Amino acid sequence: MTTSTKQNAGGRSALAGVARFFTGGSGTVLALLIAIFAVIFTLNPSFAEPPSLMAFVKKAAPLVILAIGQYFVVVSGEFDLSVGSLVGAQVVFAALMIDGQESRTVPVILVMLAFGALVGLINGLITTVLKVPSIITTLGMMLVLYGAIRMLTGGAPTGALSESFRLAGRHGIDVPVIRQLPWALLIMLVLGAAAVLLMRSPYGRTLMAVGDNETAAAFAGARVWWARTSAFMLSGLAATIAGILIGGYAGVTAQVGQGLEFVSITAVVLGGVVLGGGRGAVAAAMAGALTIEALFTLFNQLSLPSTLRPTAQGLIIIAAVAYASKEWGRRRRTEESQGVHQHAVANS
Amino acid sequence: MRLSRMAIAGIATIGLMLTGCTTDQPDNDATSPQQTADGEWFVRADYDRQLAQRKVTPEGSADQPWLQAIEPEWVDTSKYAKDGPAKICFSNASVSNPWRVTGWITMQQQVQVLKDEGAIAEFRSSDAADDDNRQISDIQAFIDAGDCDALIISPSTTATLTPAVQAACDSGVPVIVFDRGVNTDCAVTFIHPIGGYAYGADGAEFLVENLKPGANILALRILPGVDVLEHRWAAAQEVFRNSELKVLGDEFTGGDGAKIKDIVTQYLQRGNVDGIWMDAGDGSVAALEAFEDAGKDYPVMIGEDELSFMRKWKDANVTALAPVYSNFQWRTAVLAAVAILKGEQVPAEWVLPQAPITDADRDDFLTRNAEMPSLHYAKFGGEDLPGYPDAWRNR
Amino acid sequence: MTGVKTTAFRLRPQRLGITPLVYLALVGILLIGGLLVAAQGGNLFSNANLVYLLTQSSLLGFVAIGQTLVILCRSLDLSVGYVVALSSLVAATTMAGDTSRIPLAIGAVIVVAVVVGLVNGLMITKLKVNSFIATLGVGLIIKGYLDTQYKGPTGSVPQAFQAFGYTRMGFIPLSTVIMIAVAVAGIFFLRKTRTGYHMFAVGGDTEVARMSGIRTDRTVIIAHCLCALGAGVAGLLLAARFGTGSALIYDSGYDLESIAAVVLGGTYLLGGRGGIGGTVAGVMILAVLDTVFNVLAVDPFFKSVLRGVIIIVAVAIYARQQLSAKGSRVRFPGGAGTSRPGRSGPGTTRRGTTQPPPSDPAPAAAVTADQEVGR
Repeated sequence: MTTSTKQNAGGRSALAGVARFFTGGSGTVLALLIAIFAVIFTLNPSFAEPPSLMAFVKKAAPLVILAIGQYFVVVSGEFDLSVGSLVGAQVVFAALMIDGQESRTVPVILVMLAFGALVGLINGLITTVLKVPSIITTLGMMLVLYGAIRMLTGGAPTGALSESFRLAGRHGIDVPVIRQLPWALLIMLVLGAAAVLLMRSPYGRTLMAVGDNETAAAFAGARVWWARTSAFMLSGLAATIAGILIGGYAGVTAQVGQGLEFVSITAVVLGGVVLGGGRGAVAAAMAGALTIEALFTLFNQLSLPSTLRPTAQGLIIIAAVAYASKEWGRRRRTEESQGVHQHAVANS
Repeated sequence: MRLSRMAIAGIATIGLMLTGCTTDQPDNDATSPQQTADGEWFVRADYDRQLAQRKVTPEGSADQPWLQAIEPEWVDTSKYAKDGPAKICFSNASVSNPWRVTGWITMQQQVQVLKDEGAIAEFRSSDAADDDNRQISDIQAFIDAGDCDALIISPSTTATLTPAVQAACDSGVPVIVFDRGVNTDCAVTFIHPIGGYAYGADGAEFLVENLKPGANILALRILPGVDVLEHRWAAAQEVFRNSELKVLGDEFTGGDGAKIKDIVTQYLQRGNVDGIWMDAGDGSVAALEAFEDAGKDYPVMIGEDELSFMRKWKDANVTALAPVYSNFQWRTAVLAAVAILKGEQVPAEWVLPQAPITDADRDDFLTRNAEMPSLHYAKFGGEDLPGYPDAWRNR
Repeated sequence: MTGVKTTAFRLRPQRLGITPLVYLALVGILLIGGLLVAAQGGNLFSNANLVYLLTQSSLLGFVAIGQTLVILCRSLDLSVGYVVALSSLVAATTMAGDTSRIPLAIGAVIVVAVVVGLVNGLMITKLKVNSFIATLGVGLIIKGYLDTQYKGPTGSVPQAFQAFGYTRMGFIPLSTVIMIAVAVAGIFFLRKTRTGYHMFAVGGDTEVARMSGIRTDRTVIIAHCLCALGAGVAGLLLAARFGTGSALIYDSGYDLESIAAVVLGGTYLLGGRGGIGGTVAGVMILAVLDTVFNVLAVDPFFKSVLRGVIIIVAVAIYARQQLSAKGSRVRFPGGAGTSRPGRSGPGTTRRGTTQPPPSDPAPAAAVTADQEVGR
């Protein structure tokens, strides 16, 4: 195990944790997030008003939740390309099953959650038991879901979502000052907190260890296949909840969910989580998702021509990741000498 | 090490310059729409012709708009005449959006009728999934197989399919092109509604008529580089240029409801939006919901004849217009193929009517399509086919 | 080192075993497809269908051959679709319908493609950006340029060059002949040149490769340049077939499809093992599926489901075949030089002592490649 996992596993003092968070990948994403918001507020002070911020959060929440799910998979050393298709399939499936009837909302949501977990389970088992690389497993799953949901609906979404289904993604609790506290924000915070706690639990440490070095983790008694499979299931569940929020936010369109797999992976990496597993904080992955959404907002506030936005996005992402990677490299070298030292002490 | 840090700095600088130097660009865009209006996508002659065609009464029965034609130049097809049931081949660009799905169902229903009548023996189709190269191969395979009596092509992209369509014509099979065109007129007939300029202008003119001078317009577009969509926007720009409306911006949405709602919400945070022009109706309901959630009055809205939008239009009592890109052309293509194989005359360029749905006939179309799913198109023109309504409803 | 060497010997038959297995899968799919088509009264091996099959395979072939080199180096290129689109436009606009400008256009495409590959490679090796993000980012940058610069299909390709896309001898298209020639050249490159062996070594274990004196960064950069070049040739082919250049083809999914083809061809996503011969078969498998679905007029959505299932099943079968090579299961192909060295920093020495050799195929693969040199 590397020094970084030791720090996590050892559960150092909260202070050290905070310090860690502000350096390396996490620090970069936080700095970037703050910088983007600073520019947005300067350009358009009205964006700093609570209602505007709440509207932003409502839009950003699904991606943050997707990033949480993707984080579990990435940190365990795999990754999940099927989430975009899954979000789309879930929303279209919900519209088909609910068909505008309020009474069906809750049962359908339960079925969706079960289906999301099932997709994750299948992804996980194919990856761990059949030893198919996860990029291929989830690429295949993406194709299957894309085709299957369209076969089911004859090519384009049918039916309609109920008002109560849309509650979570669209509405909130009326409060003074900020006008409305979106349900999406509450759900995002609850899931975020749960994810942070989960990563501190033995399960989280196992997941991290499996991603870091599966052989070592297996020697230490971890059930590698189950750790990874459950990570895929968490990702499937997260995609389902994200789907409920997106469907609630904007209703059903044929294009819903398209491209979210790459955006969610980008968000996680932007948060300093290392593809390949074993390193990174879930809070930083969430910050990465917020940063990407903030970036889209920034482009809009700048009235950057639509066609140029991908270029700006690409440059900023690469620069941020490159910077974080340099920072990490520097820190690693200093830690490494200490780490080797600790290692020697531990052995003696 | 130093090199790489400089490289990072360089990338960041380019990124910032890119964002920085374009900050003032939108003003340029807004003040000089001529740039594009007279640019690549704007051909004044086509624009004028299409706008004029809107007022022409088409030939043929108004009960069957899919057989009507505007200012047709009839061509003789007797050399293609053939006895007995025919084998018709169809190279489809894709069924990747609800408009194409609806049309594809209508087409299959029409084929069924013609099969029952004994006009068609076999109908073969291939789907290129929006891949131009695959569609070229699809067309080639039909030519090589050599057993198609007629070949219907719905090209995926105008320019890129031109050589393949030319090759199909050269093989001697009668070729029918519909929806998007190609840069050759070798096809026996090219079927299409009036076109993108008319579509874009319909909506833009409605906004000009229904808004006060100085009102703010937001344009929502699907994606760049597709001619049918670019023509719509070019025409709208031309109309807006000669008006006193202010175009706040034009945004690409990919037709994704979440993105549309987010963009509209952001524009509303910065100020008022009085009218929305869209180059296709996908996600127009999400745009209207953004006004609801922001607690603002509905804008004057341009959607499409997609039912989700039309239902919202009625329920929320919005001032709106639904331009139509006539979905019934999918039917026309099959009927044209059969007519050609019978040696009947067809228009060389078969221009179908393309009348927008207004307040006046909205409720009529809603009643007729009451049972249809929300992403169905009101002017699909298949009500008289035997499969109606189940084929479209329970797909 | 002796321990490592025995591993290499143990691995060798498996490494040789995978390519025949891929070809076996290809033959199997051809047979099943042929039977299915015959059951419907058709003939999969008719001229028209063979032309379709081979034409479909040549385009993806160029991209996938390049992708193989990159994946062998344990990297990944998600920008290929954008490079294809960009190249088709550069080619068509440079030719501008003038036959005499064909060489100039080919030269321009080569320069553009190599520059993109160079940028990809430099980002991955020097800036230590993970290959997934680096190439995705470069793809986005190109996309923005294409969307801004080209408002639709642009440029014109003279008849003489369209021949590249349409000429065929019997049922064999010229483009397929060229693709096979490129594949053969690629196989020679991997087997007979120093840089070629280095790719296996770098993909096997960057750190070990570096220690054995290989200039790992240079190897990765070359792989990325060649990959972009492959995409460039695919762009030329598309320009020849379209008669013009088109930006929108970046949506056709060549990135993931080429990766699928490479993995279907038996190359390890983790790098270090596999080869172009297998990739060609992988491409052919996808093309056969396409052709069979097309002949049978399979519903386009069902087609997507079948493709997904078949890709997973095929790779699962290969994985089963290789299960004996414990721990060699592919995970994420981290950008060569990013995650791995970081992890193995203090551990390179530890590795040899605390872990059983079979669990670490990387150095073994590196040596395997070297042994091939000797043959």
